[in-house]
Amino acid sequence: MYSHLLSEFTVQRMDDRCIRCQVCERQCPNEVHEYDKELDRMFTYEEKCVGCQRCVVMCPAKALFVRSHPSEYRMNASWTRDKFQNLKKQAETGGVVLTGSGNDKPYRIYWDHMVLNASQVTNPSIDPLREPMELKTFIGRKPDTLKINMDGDVPKVESELHPNITLKSPVLFSAMSYGAISYRAYKSLAMAAKEFGVMFNTGEGGLPVEMRKDYASNAIVQCASGRFGVDQDYLNSAAMIEIKIGQGAKPGIGGHLPGEKVAQHVAQTRMIPQGTDALSPAPQHDIYSIEDLSMLIYALKEATNYEKPVSVKIAAVHNVAAIASGIVRAGADVVAIDGIRGGTGAAPLATRDNVGIPLELALASVDRRLREEGIRSKCSILAAGGFRCSADVLKAIALGADAVYIGTAALVAMGCTLCQKCYTGKCAWGICTQNPYLVKRLNPEITSQRLVNLLKAWSHELKEMLGGMGINAIESIRGNREHLRGISLEEWELNVLGVKGAGE
Amino acid sequence: MIPEKDIDNCGLFGVMDTSGRRFGGEMAVNAIKNMKVRGNGLGGGFAIYGLYPEYKDYYALHIMYQDKNMSAKRKTEELLTENFYVVYDEEIPTNPEINVFSPPLVWRYFVKPQKKSEEAHMLDDEYVVSKVMHMNTEVEDVYVFSSGKNMGVFKGVGFPEEIADYFMLEKLYEGYIWTVHSRFPTNTPGWWGGAHPFSMLDWTVVHNGEISSYGTNRRFLELHDFYCTLHTDTEVMAYAVDLLMRRQGLPIEVVSKIFAPPMWNAIERMNKEEKELYTTLRMVYAPLLMNGPFTVVIAHHNEMIGITDRIRLRPITAGAKGNLVFLSSEEMAIRRVCPDLELTWTPAGGEPVVARLNTEDHLKSLNKSI
Repeated sequence: MYSHLLSEFTVQRMDDRCIRCQVCERQCPNEVHEYDKELDRMFTYEEKCVGCQRCVVMCPAKALFVRSHPSEYRMNASWTRDKFQNLKKQAETGGVVLTGSGNDKPYRIYWDHMVLNASQVTNPSIDPLREPMELKTFIGRKPDTLKINMDGDVPKVESELHPNITLKSPVLFSAMSYGAISYRAYKSLAMAAKEFGVMFNTGEGGLPVEMRKDYASNAIVQCASGRFGVDQDYLNSAAMIEIKIGQGAKPGIGGHLPGEKVAQHVAQTRMIPQGTDALSPAPQHDIYSIEDLSMLIYALKEATNYEKPVSVKIAAVHNVAAIASGIVRAGADVVAIDGIRGGTGAAPLATRDNVGIPLELALASVDRRLREEGIRSKCSILAAGGFRCSADVLKAIALGADAVYIGTAALVAMGCTLCQKCYTGKCAWGICTQNPYLVKRLNPEITSQRLVNLLKAWSHELKEMLGGMGINAIESIRGNREHLRGISLEEWELNVLGVKGAGE
Repeated sequence: MIPEKDIDNCGLFGVMDTSGRRFGGEMAVNAIKNMKVRGNGLGGGFAIYGLYPEYKDYYALHIMYQDKNMSAKRKTEELLTENFYVVYDEEIPTNPEINVFSPPLVWRYFVKPQKKSEEAHMLDDEYVVSKVMHMNTEVEDVYVFSSGKNMGVFKGVGFPEEIADYFMLEKLYEGYIWTVHSRFPTNTPGWWGGAHPFSMLDWTVVHNGEISSYGTNRRFLELHDFYCTLHTDTEVMAYAVDLLMRRQGLPIEVVSKIFAPPMWNAIERMNKEEKELYTTLRMVYAPLLMNGPFTVVIAHHNEMIGITDRIRLRPITAGAKGNLVFLSSEEMAIRRVCPDLELTWTPAGGEPVVARLNTEDHLKSLNKSI
């Protein structure tokens, strides 16, 4: 442990309630609790506590409380506690400060500064309990026009269509790789996606062979810089292929799965030796231009007989609109944009918190640019990075997204408490770990139901809000910024977002 | 007597003689008067087809100069002589005894395209659309009411019968289709260009309801170079019709399924071919789904079409007698002008009633009506 550091959390045990059952000791992978048999007493090492709250909710006697530690450094607006502590850690180790989960800095969350519309009087609201309300969404390239043959009784479509994937609701599970998360967590996502009619994304960790048959139609397989697990069978065991150029939590940074998380099955799935570090570089070493990207897009299309849409995922960065335009012109059917609040299993803290731009601004810019260039229908936009609720989803769609990826929200539905220690591999909730003892804490049958419930709940809420606007099909809100108004935003922000201020 | 309250439904009416016989405006004016409570005196207008047989080969531009802005007129006429051969022009006659709110100067021009070499490849219709779009978006205080051949739109701020009297429609004009609308767009500022019908080339649209998908529709149309300038939702319908029916050649039977498609659960129950067709239409033309309550009467040469939204929040009534086909917000308005109707029916949501010259196509929607 680090010296000279204040504990982040204090663990309080109510001795009169504690029954010495040692559940806390068994539940805590960080060894915060320890039972002394001779003294029949529980000891607590609170400096090891990450605040995951696992012991608190599992304690049968409700004897535990974990709170922020009351000891504080002298108040200083510049030298805040986290800056202070991280500096001390670096002074001790000379290393990069790592973290997990998404950016927790108080950057403006634009979703909270935009409000949705509702009908009054002349345009009646539609009640989703009584009227059909449609959320079905297609992701992929669409033709600008359809050629229809009118000979015969039934008109026939003559245009050749590009492949699209169909979603029952416009929410997909974001890329979370097997290796970064446990097999059971990974399988829970796949099961939920299949049951609800949406998609999960394999990330760059491959797709276990035994899952390929059952889950292919709900899988988006990633082709990232490390090419882990990528072969023809993998590519064909998917509904869509995604080339990962960047991710919101760490734009410009590659991935690193430490060797201790590369267990036998993970190694087999990733096609790498067991116990070796899985390092994926930031750049794809065969892509240094839009032309190179185009070659990879068409290589993947060729390998899959032009039957699957190909997505390109990028982090939201300063020139994102021009980049997205290039991607579409390179032949991508989908552009996935991951904003600065996107989550991660492990990233340098400095990068996660300071690199990239908010998704909302990036999404609005990309959508506008593609429209200005007349190529918006040539691709779908998937928005990712920090979606917390159904209203965020609807606002994103109104800003121009076709659908959204959720990562952290899905993890929270599984049990995650955002302790931000994913990179330690000691996830007490069995999600972000390969430790067999911890992994067993998840039961995919139960966890996938929690995910399905989440999707179901959000879909209900989406329908309620759509109905309130007098809209009964999700496609009629897509890019419909007339239904958004900004609150407490400056003019430049309203301009980038392309929305009017409230009251206008 | 008009009740003292805000009435929220527009009144609309259309009548067509499917034999092509031209007739005066009496039916249209009387029918819309019968729905006076649906109007608010802030907007009304008429579209008439078969209007200018003597100039039928020329585009008839009805151009409004707001605040009678003569410099806008000079500028517009420079544009017109630069881009068109103008064979005849005149102020549209109005009745000085009729008081209407702040009338603009309205002029009509009969023109033929005068294309420059770089525009030689453009079809005449495309050429006219681009010039009309240019005038509507770039020239201040100018708005083109209508731009089709052998047809015209007359509209303004007032009750429709006042607009009819102002332009002396009943005295001066005859046509084989008359459509009319009685109310100003609900949530938009009142001005002469903003009243219905909306038009592009010979397409006109009168609309009752509100299109909540306006923003989505508008942005899709912009991809196809249609720019909405009128601050009202009906405009998207006129451009969407022009895009799908004229440019892309889709028949109204298909277009109606784009505007008001069947629900997904209905599509699921269709046979393979229909399922493929309807799924593809919804996929590709999703941004042109017209959401929210609407009834529209769309007209162009040889055709008058009525459609309601897919859950029929704004129903429409159809009626027929002999060669006459009627579409109206209310059955009573039809009966007022044709007491001995042979047939009336209320079509299902999204099911178009299509009246075509020399056919009985309108009867096809009967078996799908209630």
